Amino acid sequence: MQRTSDQASDTKRWGAGALVFAALAVVGGMSNAYVISLLTIVLLFTFMGQSWNLMLGIGGQLSIGHALFVGIGAYAVAILNIKYGITPWIGLLLGAVIAGFVGAVLAWLSFRFEVRGIYFALLTIAAAEFARIMFGGWDYAGGMQGLFYQAPSGAMDLGMLRGDARFYYFVALALAAIGVAGTELISRSYWGYVWRAMRDDDEAARALGVRTFRHKVLVVSISAATAAVGGGVLGLVQGAIFPDSIMGMAISVDVLIGPVVGGLGTAFGPLVGSMAAIPLHHAMGALGDALGLPGLNSVAYGAVLILVVWFLPDGIWPSMVRLYGAVQLPARGRIPQLRKVEE
Amino acid sequence: MLSLWLNVIAGGVLIGLVYGLVALGLTIIFGVMRVVNFAHGEMVVFGIYIGYWTVRIWDVPIALAAAIAAVVMFVFGYLLETLVVKRFVNRPHHYQFIVFIGLSLFFSGVLLMSFGPDPRPTASQLSFQTVTVGPLTLDWARIQAAATAGLLIAALGAYLKYSAFGRSLRGAANNRLGGLVVGLNIPRVYAVTFGIGTACAGVAGALISPLFDAQPYLAVDFTLLAFVTVIVGGLGSFGGALLGGLTIGVAEAIAALTFTPSMKTALPYALLIIILIFRPRGFFGAKDI
Repeated sequence: MQRTSDQASDTKRWGAGALVFAALAVVGGMSNAYVISLLTIVLLFTFMGQSWNLMLGIGGQLSIGHALFVGIGAYAVAILNIKYGITPWIGLLLGAVIAGFVGAVLAWLSFRFEVRGIYFALLTIAAAEFARIMFGGWDYAGGMQGLFYQAPSGAMDLGMLRGDARFYYFVALALAAIGVAGTELISRSYWGYVWRAMRDDDEAARALGVRTFRHKVLVVSISAATAAVGGGVLGLVQGAIFPDSIMGMAISVDVLIGPVVGGLGTAFGPLVGSMAAIPLHHAMGALGDALGLPGLNSVAYGAVLILVVWFLPDGIWPSMVRLYGAVQLPARGRIPQLRKVEE
Repeated sequence: MLSLWLNVIAGGVLIGLVYGLVALGLTIIFGVMRVVNFAHGEMVVFGIYIGYWTVRIWDVPIALAAAIAAVVMFVFGYLLETLVVKRFVNRPHHYQFIVFIGLSLFFSGVLLMSFGPDPRPTASQLSFQTVTVGPLTLDWARIQAAATAGLLIAALGAYLKYSAFGRSLRGAANNRLGGLVVGLNIPRVYAVTFGIGTACAGVAGALISPLFDAQPYLAVDFTLLAFVTVIVGGLGSFGGALLGGLTIGVAEAIAALTFTPSMKTALPYALLIIILIFRPRGFFGAKDI
């Protein structure tokens, strides 16, 4: 009995996901250039948000320096493509490997010496800022002047990942779909259970024989590598990369806002959250420009973060699900740390 | 050559005292409430704007500007704690952190909306006066800022050590539950603590306003600098904040002399990474977070 109902709810979940992405594909076929370019960014940050979500929502490690990995990916693709004409596919792979390695080294160094929690979060931001300044002074990588892709000819070229805005929209859509499905799959795999166990109680997980140290390094490394893939594509979409724009604090905030607003540790949360927060950010930016109030988008982002944690600490998506009540949220979707810490 | 080095190090020590004051604000808040105030740099920038208005527009002496900043920012911090921060004190760390990132974005947006992105120089005649002591030639503004910061640090240390409120604050920091048991008014202690921490940042901002142009984008740099300072000294430690401030001030000054300017900006982060990896709790850090 239990099994069949699980299967039914599984089919529903995957079916609902497929429907959402099919709808997004239709939207991509019909919308105008502005909507396409905005949604491309939303979907890319959905994907990168998934990688961040994997690390905090499932692995329990807070990063506020994901811009580091995003930037590594963007630079790997750009340097290989712009300087040597090598296809971005190789760049994406190389960027993922380098970022995964950097993430693993950071995690290894800090967890080894019991640098955890907030200290680890500060280490990630320090590493990101350090790298941003270093890239700014690195002439080979363009320094502060940045690197520019050749203007696309408009013809679609899958081998070189070049094409018009609509092409990149579908690339981003594919990445977002992979991100959502991947999170769902990982979260019900052996690793998913192990990571949630160490997220909820490190000592208990160790007592059960989980080598939490290795798994923490692993989750940070996977998260870093996937963020780098998103960064590589983001650089292609933007057509130019600068240390301040691709490795700055703003990127780290854009990466984390989707999962926080949408729902930490859930597969759909980052999509819902990015869909809500990033267009709001753009709209407020435009409104601020029109009114001559340049900080309005930042105020809106800040207010959204505070209000969501205040009133919907589980995020929008789980609340929507609960309200609708059609899909029973499985126990693993809930995040125990979000409840009040006992006195 | 030697006098150049002496001058650079003395300048670093002076600015280091001000960094120490900023870090002290952060560390008091963390030590008592166990929350990590990521919006601390915005408080420093509020202080710089207060310095800008009072010194530049009303032409008051810098010490009076610092006093005004202290009062205004104390009230601001007290209200911020009572209205917002209070609700997140018992939440898990990473959620608090996200709230404070939200506060930081919110306030830097408010700063941008109120003052625009253009830097405003507070530079007055004060900024260019120097004092010569033996081989040292020092900015008068820096000496004033450092002296005021040093005095405030000492006064705050004495207040926390000997006053009744200081005892309850330290009690709350050591053992929150124990404090509740013996009847401490924990919510009030927390609000006052947050007010004091914010006031430290605001005063430091007012003190350095003759040296830095008032600009909203400075906030993130100050936040990170305060974190680096505090972690070098050890999060939650009073003496550590001061030592960290001096270390960062001198290290920055030496780096500016020996390396390229971009190395100077990168140095605090490099230092933070090294310290976190080899001495994660800083020189005098609290045991656990």
